[in-house]
Amino acid sequence: MAAPRLARREFHKLVGGGIVVLFGASALPMAQAQGRRPYPSDFHAYLSIGDNGRVTVYSGKIEMGQGVMTSLAQMAAEELGVDLASIDMVLGDTDTCPWDMGTFGSMTTRMFGPALRAAAARAREVVKSLAAARLEVPGDRLRLEHGVVSVIGEPGQRVSFAELSKSVRIAEAVDQAAVLRAAADFSVMGRSPSRLDGAEKVTGAAKYAADIRLPGMLYARILRPPVHGAALNKADTTAAKALPGVVVIERDDLIAVLHAEPDSAAAALALVQADWRLPDMTLGPDTVFEHILAHAGDQKQIAVKGDLGSAPVARTFETTFQKGYVAHAPMEPHAALADVRHGGATVWASTQTPFPTRDSVAKALGFDPKTVRIITPFLGGGFGGKSASGQAVEAARLSQICGKPVQVERTRSEEFFYDTFDPASVVTVSSALDRDGRISRWDYAVFAAGERGANPFYDIPNLRIRSAGGTSYGGAPAVAGLHPFAVGPWRGPGANMNVFATESQIDIMAAAAGVDPVAFRLKHITDPRMRRVLQAVSAAFGWRPSVGASGSGQGVACSSDAGSCVATMAEVKVDLATGKVTVLRIVCAQDMGVVVNPNGARMQIEGGLTMGLGYTLTEELRFNGGDILDRNFDTYHLPRFSGAPRIEAILVKNDDLEPQGCGEPAITTTGAVIANAVFDATGVRMLRLPMTPERILAALPTSAQRK
Amino acid sequence: MKSTVQFSLNGGPVSLTADDGRMLLWVLRTDLALTGTKYGCGEGICGACAVVINGQAHRSCRLPLKDVAGAEVLTIEGLAKDGRLHPLQQAFIDHGAFQCGYCTSGMLLDAYALLLSDPRPSRAKIVAGMEHNLCRCGAHQRIVDAIEQVSTQTGAET
Ligand code: FES
Ligand code: FES
Repeated sequence: MAAPRLARREFHKLVGGGIVVLFGASALPMAQAQGRRPYPSDFHAYLSIGDNGRVTVYSGKIEMGQGVMTSLAQMAAEELGVDLASIDMVLGDTDTCPWDMGTFGSMTTRMFGPALRAAAARAREVVKSLAAARLEVPGDRLRLEHGVVSVIGEPGQRVSFAELSKSVRIAEAVDQAAVLRAAADFSVMGRSPSRLDGAEKVTGAAKYAADIRLPGMLYARILRPPVHGAALNKADTTAAKALPGVVVIERDDLIAVLHAEPDSAAAALALVQADWRLPDMTLGPDTVFEHILAHAGDQKQIAVKGDLGSAPVARTFETTFQKGYVAHAPMEPHAALADVRHGGATVWASTQTPFPTRDSVAKALGFDPKTVRIITPFLGGGFGGKSASGQAVEAARLSQICGKPVQVERTRSEEFFYDTFDPASVVTVSSALDRDGRISRWDYAVFAAGERGANPFYDIPNLRIRSAGGTSYGGAPAVAGLHPFAVGPWRGPGANMNVFATESQIDIMAAAAGVDPVAFRLKHITDPRMRRVLQAVSAAFGWRPSVGASGSGQGVACSSDAGSCVATMAEVKVDLATGKVTVLRIVCAQDMGVVVNPNGARMQIEGGLTMGLGYTLTEELRFNGGDILDRNFDTYHLPRFSGAPRIEAILVKNDDLEPQGCGEPAITTTGAVIANAVFDATGVRMLRLPMTPERILAALPTSAQRK
Repeated sequence: MKSTVQFSLNGGPVSLTADDGRMLLWVLRTDLALTGTKYGCGEGICGACAVVINGQAHRSCRLPLKDVAGAEVLTIEGLAKDGRLHPLQQAFIDHGAFQCGYCTSGMLLDAYALLLSDPRPSRAKIVAGMEHNLCRCGAHQRIVDAIEQVSTQTGAET
């Protein structure tokens, strides 16, 4: 049962009659920043008002926990003048939703938001003019509220959206000049309604890709190499084939065992005997940094200002920072169900990139992309790791071969093995203070992390920022062999490392200058937004000005990311006997422009900071060359309840600025804020993440030295 | 070994013929089409697959079908009664105690069993009780807040 293919020009047939707002020929300029192509000008719609008055919003974005199902609905409801409850969301369906590059980079609200709001504003004008004709009054005498148009001052004179859209078939293009509602007039945006996906998620009704069932479907388990770079000599599937109900598929690059029960498929796969040729395996978590420095390739100049050579120098500071590979480890492993029959393909996939995934599925099947439909159910977390969606291609190929719907759900071991890890990386900084204790030069080079967050927002007259072996968006670098396995974007890609290095170095200089770290920062920050968040967090946290290590364990870090300004403070306790860091509390202030959903924003900030404690304190992939040694949560340690501190998120009001990114900025401060707090507590400066108890213990002076 | 196993599932009788060494998680998700119970690690580490059996939380990924013969099994699909959410479910919504929602079924069932055994746990006991449930989205403090609110308001009402 392949889902019906849509005739391209029959959108009305799909959504019924009513009012549909389509893309205008002129793509919104903001949308172009989204990537390689602007939002398209083809038939796909942003939203439709059905003849029952319900509004359906279509977005190529996906819901992976970041709450866009609710926040996008709020934007549409606000501009249209309808209640949130009358909005239905269709997300990540390539047949009905506008083309989209993918959900990452904290861009949904910033980039798609304005497009959607403009579409809703256009629909509002259409509704208004229909109502003006119906009620025989000029449009400026009408008010739109709760899905009803009424005449101002004559509430009896009214007509509902449902009545208006009943007998019409209107397709309007988005008007670029749409007038959006001002923050001061918001009645749906700027509030925190209950999440639209709440009831489904607490009752188990919410569907994720592995929850989709089709009659006759098979579950596949795929033969995987033991290490990256291994080559198959031969595989013997005889024993697996002998089991009842087992289907074995063998292609050059794909050997799979399929069964109507996933666990029986797994049991059958265990019977496959495979003989592998293993590659040379030498790199490990401790040797990889030298390898990266040697092989990162040409340095790209990211920014340059003044003249490093002639900067006045009283004291210089040379520091090298390191950070290991980190897994995305979403609780939901990658999964997909593919139905490739009758000349078309429908794939339900756990993916952050439905449209690019459609193209790669089409390519693998030898199909025209028009005949491939990707449907994206809820994602159980993504964090950048589901930008790559190879499982969808595997499921589609297997379904094409066996002629039945096929599900591929990665085991946890496969999820670790095929993760596109946050790359291990190195930063070297050489900076200087002049005689007045101001930063006079800043020579910064990042290796393998990429340049996001590398250019400091501080007022520094002479600086140079270079990047090698990384990309601006956290994608895999063009340098072959730099990493022994796949790497890719990881929530706040690159910025986690760059903020850790920058904000640690700032603290190092503050201590040397004999200035309180907050005062030192304020002395070098001119951006009024950044000053405001830093002052807000200081007040809420109760920052106690101090010079050098105060012993009280407080730390600060700032970040400018995805258009938002963040300042975070933390308080930690370090057990000198074990080296264990306990984070007691975190306060984070963020200016993200207009806030669409304050509670949702706070959840993103809290969630980001909690997740960030992983790469800061416990998470670092262990590997031996292409052999991924951590394959489950028994040895790879995510943050747990006992390590989750109280987190207070403060949203610093800035309604003059369009909504900015929210899912990533806060997490980028985690490494530095904790490292700075550990320094304050112990006087020890940690230069490598994660700061495991062993590393802290090794860095602490022995008790004899302490005396 | 193929056999017929009978148990009570979310208040109703179930009789099922299957290899009784199979893990309950896959039987629930495949044979019984109850997909609210999630696979996260398959090794009893993450709690995504938690179910309540005779009032106690178990990890269904490690529990052979034969072990539930004659037992009362509660999954996330049975937590709401007559269309009314359980107070824990409502509290999770009110506190925003989930983001992606993938860990939520397991969190709710482990919390449910926790409150059955100790209707008024301290915050520290809640944290300790939930320690082996993983949430990658970082909803931890809200999950604890939600459980705490239910425990102080209603105790372990079922
Ligand atoms: S799936 Fe059972 S504990 Fe993780
Ligand atoms: S809400 Fe996503 S894993 Fe907990």
